[in-house]
Amino acid sequence: MAKAKETVSRTVIVALVLSVFFSVIVSTAAVSLKPLQVKNQTLNMKINILAAAGMLPDGASPTQVEDEFSKFEVLLVDLNSGQYVEPSAVNVEDPMKYDMYKAASDPQLSEAIPGDQDRASIKRRPDVARVFVLKNGDELQKVVLPIHGYGLWSTLYGFVSLKGDANTIEGLGFYQHAETPGLGGEVDNPRWKALWEGKVVYGDDMTKPEIQLVKGGVSPDAKDKEHKVDALSGATLTSRGVENLVNYWLSDSGYAQYLKNLRQGEA
Amino acid sequence: MSTASAKQVLFEPIFSNNPIALQILGICSALAVTASLNVTIVMCLSVIAVTAFSNLAVSLIRNQIPGSIRIIVQMTIIASLVIVVDQLLKAYAYEISKQLSVFVGLIITNCIVMGRAEGFAMQNSPGMSFLDGIGNGLGYSVLLLFVGFWRELFGSGSLFGVTILSPVNEGGWYVTNGLLLLPPSAFFIIGLGIWALRTWKPDQVEEPDYKMSAHKVREAF
Repeated sequence: MAKAKETVSRTVIVALVLSVFFSVIVSTAAVSLKPLQVKNQTLNMKINILAAAGMLPDGASPTQVEDEFSKFEVLLVDLNSGQYVEPSAVNVEDPMKYDMYKAASDPQLSEAIPGDQDRASIKRRPDVARVFVLKNGDELQKVVLPIHGYGLWSTLYGFVSLKGDANTIEGLGFYQHAETPGLGGEVDNPRWKALWEGKVVYGDDMTKPEIQLVKGGVSPDAKDKEHKVDALSGATLTSRGVENLVNYWLSDSGYAQYLKNLRQGEA
Repeated sequence: MSTASAKQVLFEPIFSNNPIALQILGICSALAVTASLNVTIVMCLSVIAVTAFSNLAVSLIRNQIPGSIRIIVQMTIIASLVIVVDQLLKAYAYEISKQLSVFVGLIITNCIVMGRAEGFAMQNSPGMSFLDGIGNGLGYSVLLLFVGFWRELFGSGSLFGVTILSPVNEGGWYVTNGLLLLPPSAFFIIGLGIWALRTWKPDQVEEPDYKMSAHKVREAF
């Protein structure tokens, strides 16, 4: 026995059997748990949309989340024209089924971002984005926009919520990232996220977003303090990533045209 | 080794042969996941599960594994178990799995798991190996909880997310210690922990590598 197990054929057989056995275990776990994981992710996305919009009650149950979320209109926007499009334009029946991140890798539904404009380091941008709009009658109350971009280790996916003037930030939050826990991972810290409320995106000319993340805190008498947010301490690259991705998505390449239409009531 | 009783195998690693404090293994994750106790507990349970089952699996097939590929076989087993644990966490403990992020995956490289597979499970029966896995997982957990307790209490003023010392930036009186929220602070706490443990159990103190000679005054001439 002791000798027999050291032969080449034995080694190959053991390696093969083990690989097959464990690949079956791993794929079974991955496939059978997928539906639960997807459900968690969707619920988590809705929670984050509500949290960005400041509408998440404390300790909300999944049904409460669904209730609150149903107040939002889910709409698709063509980023170039800033106009709403029908779901059929992106080959889905329901806007909730549209995955703008998958679309970003489809040449039919997306375009490459020229290198010098790619501040968020995402390489491709989908033509159509999914936005969440809350209206009171005809009056716009809130609009929640998906944003994403590269931090230090990972792409951060999140939402920014704007108030009815389509210029003032209501809240911001990320629902998926793999930044260092305790440092860049502090993008999830409620206290930091609270700093974003009331910040103004556009300058006087209303075209270019001017959000800045500054080190060492924003002093109350700083110039342009309405555009400045305190950076995360110990996480310079994550902070820079967040600044870049927010500014990218609120620029002409992102939602600027749509937000302009919203302000003029033409979207 | 073969004479060790089940009780010894299970409880020795907790204080007498602690994988972190005595064997100094698995420090990386002890620094990374101890900023809050909720996260720490889930990490501990994951490590206990992985160590126990990888030990069991390695021990079951220990007589079949050719020596030339034994390390890669152990790695395959450990990596598969870690992926399964990661998938389970994503399905049933989504919030915490987000906070643990890469560190669940990094259990694969946790020296404790591989150290026990190679050092114990390759020579011992499946039952004993399983207990040894749980014991070492517990030893890891005790130290992690110890570190997590101080870090969360003085870093965020809370335990298990429940506020104990109400922090200044939430309108209370306690000025939180920012250092304790950062991973390097765990070095200090682990160091102090090892000191305390070796004061209690002096047999764990290592022989000094060299001895300083007595100071002699020599006149120049």
